[in-house]
Amino acid sequence: MSYAREELLAVAIARLIGDARHVAVGAASPIPATGAFLLKEKNPALRISLLQKRTGNPFTEGSRELFDLAGQGRIDVFFLGGAQIDGEANINLVEAEGRRFPGSFGSAFMYFTAGKTILFREEHSPRVLVKKADYVSAPGWSPPDVQRRGGPAALLTGKALFLWQKDKRRFRLASVHPDSSVEDVRGNTGFDYDAPGTVPHTAVPTAEELDLIRGPVARVIAENYPEFARRVWAR
Amino acid sequence: MNLADAGALARAIPDGACVGLPPDYSLVAMAVVRALVRRGAKDLKLVGVPVLGLCADILIGAGCVREVETSAVTLGEAGLAPRFTAAAEAGTLKIVDATCPMIHTGLQATEKGVPFMPLRGVLGSDLVKDHPDWKTIDNPYAAGDPILLAKAIAPDVALFHARWADEAGNVWVGRRRELATIAHASKSCYVSYEELKPGDMLEDELLAPGCIGAVYVTAVAPAPRGAWPLGVPGAYGIDDAHVMHYAKLAKTAEGFRTYLDEFVLKAVPV
Repeated sequence: MSYAREELLAVAIARLIGDARHVAVGAASPIPATGAFLLKEKNPALRISLLQKRTGNPFTEGSRELFDLAGQGRIDVFFLGGAQIDGEANINLVEAEGRRFPGSFGSAFMYFTAGKTILFREEHSPRVLVKKADYVSAPGWSPPDVQRRGGPAALLTGKALFLWQKDKRRFRLASVHPDSSVEDVRGNTGFDYDAPGTVPHTAVPTAEELDLIRGPVARVIAENYPEFARRVWAR
Repeated sequence: MNLADAGALARAIPDGACVGLPPDYSLVAMAVVRALVRRGAKDLKLVGVPVLGLCADILIGAGCVREVETSAVTLGEAGLAPRFTAAAEAGTLKIVDATCPMIHTGLQATEKGVPFMPLRGVLGSDLVKDHPDWKTIDNPYAAGDPILLAKAIAPDVALFHARWADEAGNVWVGRRRELATIAHASKSCYVSYEELKPGDMLEDELLAPGCIGAVYVTAVAPAPRGAWPLGVPGAYGIDDAHVMHYAKLAKTAEGFRTYLDEFVLKAVPV
């Protein structure tokens, strides 16, 4: 059964979320949102807070409530991206090579306080995946005396999935998407990482997963990410 | 105090003021922002609570802004904020980068009348070394536990839009409670509103929780559709097509001028 790349990535996201109770999804993140709602089809108890929801968003205390929830440990999974992501899982949302980006948003706090963070960036290039970030909006790891509940769990890109090795402060290549290869990933990654002798392909969506994504999940996503839904599912 | 219109509010905000502003998804006093451009406001410092969007981009492009402190400037789905990005890359705008909860925490310190308030996380971010008002201390209750302090933030002016004002001087903003935080922490507070309600909303148990009490509000003024092209939840949504049109035009200084001529400098739109 054929599938869109966005669907493959959403399925990978759903697996990474795992057995979380509460996932928060930030603005402009339709693929993480699709993954979260796919998982909710299998686990209806999963709470999903869509931060960009224009009406009926889950908060009554204004924009600080998300951070207060995270500070207390009530957000299990969060997603972050970056103009640059480096080999130590530092993310840069501020500036690189003379170019200015919007800014760090809540990343410097959420990366510490959410139970785990899934780094997600579709573009997989040496420009994005760099050896050392030009600016650290939020650090990938902290010295032992700094209180930190969470941190990176994985880095998912348009080509591959890396898992974070906290003890080694390095990524390990976990799987390569079917339209990429180990060489393609190595050639387009600016930082060094570990890789097993044989790297599996990222699991492709099952027929059952595709039915859910294109049915109930697409209906929810279309309400909140209309442009994305039109592009991927022609809804 | 009920002033005549958005222009009167804009005249009450002095040049050089530090102005606390909400993000585009909250309630933004866009009619007042346009009036600030028309009156040629200068040297404003904008504080994004916790981020800034269209209003800041227009004020920056029009030369009204000396400095921003914010966790981001973004047009959301419409992409980068073009005049902010151009000014940042040209080095013509002072930018103090922050992260959302540190801004909230600094304002909450002022709400409580204390000089600072601690927050977890953030340590090790380049934001800490670049921010003049953040300090790391050792937790006085548990040694060997570094924690970051946000210095109290007290803007000169809070500026936002409300669904309703009433005859008692209260304003209703519903669940957009970051506006209450800005109002509580600022030395003065100017609010444009959609509609005036007779009486006192604090007498109504259903309306009162969405209100900011008159004690915090310096002046209000009517501005029907005053958040346009941004939205007022329950009344009108964001005019996405217009914001997209702005994002395209404002990519160049000339395009931005065209936008100003058409939508800001001539008669008040809509």
